[in-house]
Amino acid sequence: MLIKKPADILPSEITSESVYFNRRAFMLGAAGLLLSQETLAALSGRKSPLSTLAPNDKANSLKEITSYNNFYEFGTDKSEPALYAGALKTRPWTVAVDGEAGKPRSFGIEELLRQPLEERIYRLRCVEGWSMVIPWIGFPLSSLLKQVQPNSRAKYVAFETLQRPSEMTGQRSRVLDWPYREGLRMDEAMHPLTILAVGLYNDVLPNQNGAPLRLVVPWKYGFKSIKSIVRIHLQETMPATSWNMANAREYGFYSNVNPEVDHPRWSQASERRIGELFKRKTQMFNGYGEQVATLYRGMDLRKNY
Amino acid sequence: MTTLAMKNASAPRRDLKLAALKTVVFLLALVPLARASWIVYVGDAVNPVEFITRSTGTWALSFLLITLCATPLRRLSGWGWPLRLRRMLGLYAFFYGSLHLATYLWLDQMFDWGGIVHDIAKRPFVTVGFAAMLLMTPLAITSTQGWMRRLKRHWGQLHKLVYLVALLGVLHYWWLVKRDLTQPAMFALALALLLGMRLMHWRQNRRTPT
Repeated sequence: MLIKKPADILPSEITSESVYFNRRAFMLGAAGLLLSQETLAALSGRKSPLSTLAPNDKANSLKEITSYNNFYEFGTDKSEPALYAGALKTRPWTVAVDGEAGKPRSFGIEELLRQPLEERIYRLRCVEGWSMVIPWIGFPLSSLLKQVQPNSRAKYVAFETLQRPSEMTGQRSRVLDWPYREGLRMDEAMHPLTILAVGLYNDVLPNQNGAPLRLVVPWKYGFKSIKSIVRIHLQETMPATSWNMANAREYGFYSNVNPEVDHPRWSQASERRIGELFKRKTQMFNGYGEQVATLYRGMDLRKNY
Repeated sequence: MTTLAMKNASAPRRDLKLAALKTVVFLLALVPLARASWIVYVGDAVNPVEFITRSTGTWALSFLLITLCATPLRRLSGWGWPLRLRRMLGLYAFFYGSLHLATYLWLDQMFDWGGIVHDIAKRPFVTVGFAAMLLMTPLAITSTQGWMRRLKRHWGQLHKLVYLVALLGVLHYWWLVKRDLTQPAMFALALALLLGMRLMHWRQNRRTPT
């Protein structure tokens, strides 16, 4: 059996930096006056002290991050989003932020891209037992929620993905109850680690990663980090979430990364970091316990899986 | 065409044709392994261990079902050659199954025997997969002419285990899938068809003994 470690420098890593940049420079020179600055500008974010990586956490390559995705809206195989997500039109795009709020309103994606952006390099742990390190660009979800002034009845935040089967071909199959839904408790949503990502690797978010706007909650299993969001709803009751609706015994509302609580069908004690041959131990709260463990003080994490 | 040619041909020529057919099938059966090795070698598999596990598992199950096609194909067509390929196809099922098991033991569990025993005992999909491999092993060992002679009529009885192996294999796939059951359902349907044909044949024979 041949098992070869991929070369250290992948072609995609090179394109992510130089080629994209050169193409932009060329286009700016040739047609800069015709195209708006916004569509051309590569995204960049201020480095954040919240990108807490361990010495053995190395960012995965752009190729790995963009060709191995769970995004059932484009098919259930992890290679399918990269093949079919190109059909999704991400402009125009608005996100309704409403519910229990003093000033509910919609935000256009252009406005969201003008928020002060940060680079957050986070570990992502999938419930299936693999993980990556991804350099996201985004802003704290709390900064968006504060703008609509949540009222005292806002206990939970519900999120919804776009439902557009003409472009999201996976939605033509009823493998999940569309649209995809996720939710957070208010304190989880307001936590500084919780971000809305609009880009990665100094560029706008590729469609297969949840363009134009997705949630990233690094201490929870990946499916909590809902993609291509069109609605954020503040509410008093715990929202229904897609994987919990599909199989409540296997996927709970909290879904915090927890090596001690196994999935009913497989162990969560270890994970395979993409790019590594052998598994490594999974960390409690995906290694973010120092920042988030207090949110769950006194809770039975076996019951609240 | 082939059968007609074989019937009319002299014995040595018939042997030559069968040898040629066997060689072709032997090489074709290695294509999935070659393809998977190439994909991993060039770095096209983002998660190579998962890819190897899935690929070898899918092909073990596929070869099991292809093996189970031999008898109905002979019954329907009257051709002799499907049965002459049956052993090789069955051994390929065992070969891909062994690679699948080896990948699990080594690359997935890193030979952590405590963890492996725990996994087999606790996770039903691992239990049935492991049982299928265990049951397939005596079939592979006794697949030779020598063992056929030694076991006489018991050989046929022993090799009926292949039905159970196939059932366990499909169950193994069914139970491990996260949500989308399309592929395991396709395998289950094919197996139901192949076993159904045998059941029909058996009932017909019981009614009109020959």
